[in-house]
Amino acid sequence: MAGPMAKRVAGGLVLLALLAFPLLVTLPHRRHVMIMIFLYAMLATAWNILAGYCGQISLGHAIFFGLGAYTSTTLLKHAAISPWIGMLAGAAVAVVVSQAIGFPVFRLRGHYFAIATIALGEIIQTLFINWDWIGGARGVFVPIRRPDSFVYFQFNESKQNYYYIALAMLALALGVTRLLERSRAGFYFRAIREDQDAAASLGINVARFKQIAMGISAGLTALGGTFYAQYILFIDAESVLSLSLSILICLVAVLGGVGTLWGPLLGAAVLVPLSEGTRILLGGGGKALDLLIYGGLIVLISVVQPGGLMALLRRAMGRAHQLGLGAPSRPRLGHDRP
Amino acid sequence: MSLLTLSGITKRFGGVVANQSISFGVAHGELVGIIGPNGAGKSTLFDVITGVTRADAGEVRLEERPLTGLRPDQVSRLGVGRTFQKLRPFQGMTVLENVTVGALQKCRDVNQARTEARVALEQVGLADKADAYARTLSTGQRKRLELARALATRPRLLLLDEVTGGVDQGSIPGLIRLVQDLHRAGMALVVIEHNMRVIMAIAQRIVALHLGAVIADGPPETVTRDRRVVEAYLGQAYT
Amino acid sequence: MTVEILLQSVISGILMGFVYALIAAGLSLIFGLMEIVNFAHGEFLMLAMFGAFWTWALWSVDPLLSLPLTTAALFLLGVLTYKGIIRWILDGPMLTQIFATFGLAVFLRSGAQFLFGVDFRLIQNPWIQGRISLGGLFIGLPQLTASLAALAAFGFLYWFLTRTETGLALQATAQDRQAASLMGIDTEWMFALGWGIGSACVGVAGALLAIFFYVFPDVGATFALLAYVTVALGGFGNVPATLLAGVIVGLVEVLGGVLINPALKYAVVFLLYLVVVLWRPQGLFGKF
Repeated sequence: MAGPMAKRVAGGLVLLALLAFPLLVTLPHRRHVMIMIFLYAMLATAWNILAGYCGQISLGHAIFFGLGAYTSTTLLKHAAISPWIGMLAGAAVAVVVSQAIGFPVFRLRGHYFAIATIALGEIIQTLFINWDWIGGARGVFVPIRRPDSFVYFQFNESKQNYYYIALAMLALALGVTRLLERSRAGFYFRAIREDQDAAASLGINVARFKQIAMGISAGLTALGGTFYAQYILFIDAESVLSLSLSILICLVAVLGGVGTLWGPLLGAAVLVPLSEGTRILLGGGGKALDLLIYGGLIVLISVVQPGGLMALLRRAMGRAHQLGLGAPSRPRLGHDRP
Repeated sequence: MSLLTLSGITKRFGGVVANQSISFGVAHGELVGIIGPNGAGKSTLFDVITGVTRADAGEVRLEERPLTGLRPDQVSRLGVGRTFQKLRPFQGMTVLENVTVGALQKCRDVNQARTEARVALEQVGLADKADAYARTLSTGQRKRLELARALATRPRLLLLDEVTGGVDQGSIPGLIRLVQDLHRAGMALVVIEHNMRVIMAIAQRIVALHLGAVIADGPPETVTRDRRVVEAYLGQAYT
Repeated sequence: MTVEILLQSVISGILMGFVYALIAAGLSLIFGLMEIVNFAHGEFLMLAMFGAFWTWALWSVDPLLSLPLTTAALFLLGVLTYKGIIRWILDGPMLTQIFATFGLAVFLRSGAQFLFGVDFRLIQNPWIQGRISLGGLFIGLPQLTASLAALAAFGFLYWFLTRTETGLALQATAQDRQAASLMGIDTEWMFALGWGIGSACVGVAGALLAIFFYVFPDVGATFALLAYVTVALGGFGNVPATLLAGVIVGLVEVLGGVLINPALKYAVVFLLYLVVVLWRPQGLFGKF
């Protein structure tokens, strides 16, 4: 096992390489793949705070992504407000909505909660599709700016700035997770995940800490939404609010390893290139080979190693049993009542 | 004045009466044992006290303060700790982390809480298991872990549901000593226990429940000789 | 709005309701046995529909004729899913349980997309087509057939669960796994059987839907979501109650479309789910 010093050096080298990457690699497609890795890693990291650490499995996180994307885009389009401000506004909206959703829905447990988040996601997507003022079913184009403008968060000449912004957002999400891991809230999240009744018996206000996890997770996810809107320059309910996006976010985290700091990044680093690779190989267009492989991998992981790639990696490094989800826990019959 | 006062606690589940007008008090520093056959309503009583379920009638007071209507976490923060009959450690966390969660109630700093958790683990004799995952522990060790976790919240009153149930014979004396030490240190305890020898050894006073009602309340020697208590246990043996 | 439109909607809502009920019954049965939600239930339905479609496209066999085959195939798929995946995660964490079947759903859906493409396919000239008129109201014959056949299948399932020894053993296992095991019931086989029967339900439903519904890889998603709502309404694990629940969902769907806005009909149904699980988690009809 590597010592903490060696680990720090290795980490520093990786960070340096990531910072230098766009200076060395100028092919737009390569940069695009990296940007997508960062974005998905960031979204999965945000989801992981709520689902991996606090144990509340949301299958509706596209709601917050979509709110981020729609808020900043609408502010930009109708009031020419900088997307940076829109980004914060989007996060604020997502946090408010997350608290409103959480208040009733956190009374549900397990499968009931998961299905409720699907239902909410579908409801909100339907509402957005039928809301003409914000673009309805046609979607919204982000107004193109020339020349590039930092204030307006648009860089059409090169992907370099998007790269650094995405990297910074990922760093933010990882930083928040790291901070939480070492904080009182982080301990409480995990206690709630393991057994919320026992957690309550120790004085933890379960509802309140679920809401906190939800708020942090939703806010971070919304930042990703704004980034996506400014990067792709087009959004519609299908691309930013769909169930398939919610699922994709989960799959990245589950593959990498839920409830671990680096799992989501690992998952994204595997899945995004896989998607891009199969798309190039098969020319895209509905072949869905990448999803076929994801799905298979997720089933395999669930059966063989619920701790995800992180657990495999740790086992390979001779540190088995480091994960909270590695082995079957207590028989859980009767624990799935709302 | 009593630390804990129960007056007229009644709880029904559908047509079944789990607690019927239960009244008794627990003084500061007292160790009260609760006995009764299966289904006598012992665990339900703990659930009512700690706010897990709400009584249909009656009142629970901690000193002056009514606990009725409070959530479990609020009751815990007022100084009532508990363990569960069906053990519920946080399986995917280490022993130390489990106890740290408890310690974080009173001290907000994680490092300080961890230090306190170590003290609690020392107290229950689990210090050598600090870094093991909770799911790897034996039943006896899990009992100690739950106890340490509850202790770390620094309760004034500790409710223990089945201290020795499911524990191998060898671990029982240690657990008894632990409970006695806590009692000697001035903590008030209410202990549900099936093992009569254990309860006779530790309790100052015993409350016997049968079919949800208090059938005897007094010193151990008196209660265990009470005709109704004997009949309640015999009745269970024959059915 | 005319009374005819309303009546027409009520009838089609009830007819679809029976099909929803059959789909949901399979989901509910599995949940009742082991408290696992099969998130791939909709994809199983999709596979059944494709099965019916391809037997028609390749060998010109009508879906009604191939129905027993589709049902048997889905039964087998259910048993294999249990043996290959579910039994390994029975005591695992919630997250694993959710994502095992979720992963399977993604796998099957994208597998269908990979093999068949995203086109919408429709069976041309099935045996039963056209419509009948009842006092100014029109009822599509395929819908009517599917609905009545689904009702019959539901009735058969009910009979099986309540009147046969195996069915009673299944119920006993759902009540209390350990007690059933002590009574000499092979619970392992019961679980596999539960998955087989639960999946066979969508085998029947899929073959019936294929007569008049477009077949495409995503077709299961909507039906699965409606099935969750139906199961919640009936009470998770309460199989008989899904019949009425299915009809309610069918009615809410069409009436939501007619009375509020066609585009919002599913939103109304999902709202119903939230209302039900929040206010009556045991379902509308009690007994849990």
